[in-house]
Amino acid sequence: MTYDFSFLNWGVLSSFVAKGLAFSVQLTLVAMAGGILLGTVLALMRLSGKSWLVLPAAAYVNTMRSVPLVMVILWFFLLIPLLIGRPMGAELSAVITFTLFEAAYYSEIMRAGIQSVPRGQVFAGYALGLTYPQTMSQVVLPQAFRNMLPVLMTQTIILFQDTSLVYAIGAYDLLKGFEVAGKNFNRPVETYLVAAVVYFVICFSLSMLVRRLQQKIQIIR
Amino acid sequence: MASWDWEVFCKDTATSEVMAGCLGAGGKDITYLQWMMSAWGWTMSVALLALLVALLLGTLMGVLRTTPVKGLVWLGNAWTELFRNIPLLVQVFLWYHVLPALVPPLKDLPSFVLVVLALGLFTSARIAEQVKAGIQSLPKGQRYAGLALGLTLPQTYRYVLLPMALRIVIPPLTSESMNIVKNSSVAFAVSIAELTMFAMQAQEETSRGIEIYLAVSLLYFISAFSINRVALFIERRVQVPGLIGGGK
Repeated sequence: MTYDFSFLNWGVLSSFVAKGLAFSVQLTLVAMAGGILLGTVLALMRLSGKSWLVLPAAAYVNTMRSVPLVMVILWFFLLIPLLIGRPMGAELSAVITFTLFEAAYYSEIMRAGIQSVPRGQVFAGYALGLTYPQTMSQVVLPQAFRNMLPVLMTQTIILFQDTSLVYAIGAYDLLKGFEVAGKNFNRPVETYLVAAVVYFVICFSLSMLVRRLQQKIQIIR
Repeated sequence: MASWDWEVFCKDTATSEVMAGCLGAGGKDITYLQWMMSAWGWTMSVALLALLVALLLGTLMGVLRTTPVKGLVWLGNAWTELFRNIPLLVQVFLWYHVLPALVPPLKDLPSFVLVVLALGLFTSARIAEQVKAGIQSLPKGQRYAGLALGLTLPQTYRYVLLPMALRIVIPPLTSESMNIVKNSSVAFAVSIAELTMFAMQAQEETSRGIEIYLAVSLLYFISAFSINRVALFIERRVQVPGLIGGGK
């Protein structure tokens, strides 16, 4: 068997793959922003010490974390249309799923981040006359966020890799783009190989960036 | 929402008739319950075999990354980066579509073996990371003590470093072992008859998605929880006296 990568020219890439890459990146960014926001709320609920806030947040996080992501994707794809009463596209369903799913993982990171802030910081905030929301948003969370930045970014790289799982509901992502190109030109071996290289290059460069960020933050501390 | 219909599990997969005792007529006639149980078996087989591959290769690579030999360190690092930075699903496709084209003997292997290798090697990179951290957490003196006693480097690892390091990394290895059960769900993409594949097909055939998904999710939960309990048991059996995490 011979290998021929020549069909993967700029035209093919821009017509099949670019659309998929755009969706994968979009999905990653939206789920990251929404996930960190919702995750921070969940973390604050779990650390509030009030059982009516702690229990639902803990139940949510533990449920999400005990089911495989593929199953969660299937669950939402099944449930959202039942709840809103009309069908929903795979892409939009994926965005909602990933935001809600990643929130569980980001919340564990934010919880560890908040717990790593010295207790004296909270007391200092109160002593200055700040209220609880002010202390949290202006004293504790900025420090927690900064300390956890490398871990949050690492989780985002994992999130980007996991977006390939939208394969289960047929959404058009980066992997799907390569797959469709491979089917059209009957060259699946080459396209899967190039897909792997593209994912590797993106994830490896991002993880190098995170490593440098980590070193920078270490010096500041 | 429509009412529950748990009878769906007692239906025959071919005739859709509810069978007495929830069992198929025998032979190829099975109910959805029997199909699901066999799918659970596939999920656990993939996960446990992949875990075995991952533990062996992951420990080996983790050890290589802590040796004083530059070439071996490089090999271990390259291995970890390679398998960590490609999505698992893409790795499964590589094993299924690409490698058999490059290495013809692989064509004779069933897709079950290919998925086990894909999941095993993917997880081995994560385990290598944990094992490396475990070995590095030991005081340097342990290694020097071993070498000073006249042990060779492999002997130092076998009798001095690894017995401690592997005990230290049991908690992160436990969560990796639970992850491997969840990650085995990607095997659906190459048509292994495991739980996620069952969930997708049975949902389409019966239109009873919620009941099917609930049962499948529960089985995943039970599987991961059992692994957690077994790991906790092992952790207690091998704990080192005198450490904070150890007994008396």
